[in-house]
Amino acid sequence: MGLLRRFAAGVTGSTLSVFARFITAARAEWRGIEPVRRQRIYYANHTSNADMPIIMAVLPAALRRDTRPVAAADYWLKTKARAFVGPEVYNAVLIDRRSEHQTEDPIEKIVEALDEGASLIIFPEGGRNRSEDPLMPFKAGLYNIANKRPDVDLVPTWIDNIASVMPSGEVIPVPLACTVIFGNPVHVREDEEKDGFLKRASDALVALMPERGDA
Amino acid sequence: MTETSGDIALISLGVLGLLFLASLGGEVLRARLSTDENHPTVETYLTRVNSWWFMAGAAAIALFVGPWAITLLFAFCSFAALREFLTLTRRGRADHWALVVAFYVMLPGQYLLVAFDRTGLATTLIPVYAFLFMPILSALRGAGKNFMERISETQWALMITVYCASHVPMLMGLEIECYGERALLLIAWLVIVVQLGDLAEYFAGRRIGKRQIAPSISPKTLEGIACGLAFAMFIGWFLAWITPFGALGAALMAAPVFLVGVGGNLVLAAIKTDRGFRNWGHLIPGQGGFVDQLDSVFFAAPLFYHLTRFFWT
Repeated sequence: MGLLRRFAAGVTGSTLSVFARFITAARAEWRGIEPVRRQRIYYANHTSNADMPIIMAVLPAALRRDTRPVAAADYWLKTKARAFVGPEVYNAVLIDRRSEHQTEDPIEKIVEALDEGASLIIFPEGGRNRSEDPLMPFKAGLYNIANKRPDVDLVPTWIDNIASVMPSGEVIPVPLACTVIFGNPVHVREDEEKDGFLKRASDALVALMPERGDA
Repeated sequence: MTETSGDIALISLGVLGLLFLASLGGEVLRARLSTDENHPTVETYLTRVNSWWFMAGAAAIALFVGPWAITLLFAFCSFAALREFLTLTRRGRADHWALVVAFYVMLPGQYLLVAFDRTGLATTLIPVYAFLFMPILSALRGAGKNFMERISETQWALMITVYCASHVPMLMGLEIECYGERALLLIAWLVIVVQLGDLAEYFAGRRIGKRQIAPSISPKTLEGIACGLAFAMFIGWFLAWITPFGALGAALMAAPVFLVGVGGNLVLAAIKTDRGFRNWGHLIPGQGGFVDQLDSVFFAAPLFYHLTRFFWT
């Protein structure tokens, strides 16, 4: 990566953060963890393309530098602009959701990033939630990663309200206040079954959702 | 330096002087108390004073720069307040375009009309055009559940946070005889009278308040409001020299302006109680959101505008 490109990536990252904060007055609520430098996997609900930038925007700079989002290659490599923002601005770990395109095991790639010391942002629903339910069932990925590196904190991260800011299918964001709530970390227990763990992790995330009188 | 900017300097120095005393008092209190314990009251007080520094500083700078900066400042306050308000109202997917129009057409449109003195359109844009067209947009996009509640809440949000708020910079467009560009000072007078009255009401209410006027929604008491009213009238009279009202007129103007501000505070407290939250937002440390801070000013501004226009133009 050329120096100029890296500089452009830095500027773009800051611009996106400032824009996200201006629109949403985004704020972090550290309910279960402290904002300290420690290796973590933030797993979050996914409703909008703004989800990942908003988490990055509320993380303190020192934490943001160590944090890499896990993102879908089939989305982020589609256009030149996305290929710049995803891998270069946000330093994303790209994995392909289409198994026929996978050149290496996505779980191996994620574990590799963990071993390099990065914290990760993961959307365990495996895609954007367009249903009426607060969460879709989690994919097995979270369980597999947790099993390979059981010491890393899995932090449930609820992104509140972003779906109203930019519902999927809409282009123009409406300025509404968003909060990112970080809950108590979960770990996979010894001999825990996949389904039991995924259910527990999913419940821990839904529990963070504030009650609201939405129409 | 013209007479007006001289007066602005005097007012700003006065307010900043008061804040200096408030900070000094807090710091002395903190230094006297033991260091190994936490004193939440003192800390909250100092956080609030620090927020006041920021707000008063922004207002003073805007007053110095001139009318367009004041308009821009209030446009920003409206933006933040509208965002807080709509975050907490009901909305559905069908409302997306109505909300886009509220934020990107109505809000800037209203402040542009104010900036260019198109008072006729500025007083009809939101009560007439937004009122008619935004529900049409929601209906076209699929209506949905609780339609009437949703469109009413969105309209109410616009009325309070944009329409009412924009009457503050609208004061600069009033043509008062022998007053001219000094209309800028009316804004300083309004904000200082309302906010200092609120403060006096708050402190007096905590000290000597007994009879609550609306116990289910707010701790406000009759005694507190009486003290606040007296103090607001005193401040109004004290600052009469920056107004065209004369000493007695200024004191008399302060009374309805303060009282309707208290009413506004009660109305927004009722909404908060009903919806079950304490603050509208979190952007002003120690005070909550923009709506919490400015509710009384939003309610007082249209009344003050029309009273001034009726009696002095």
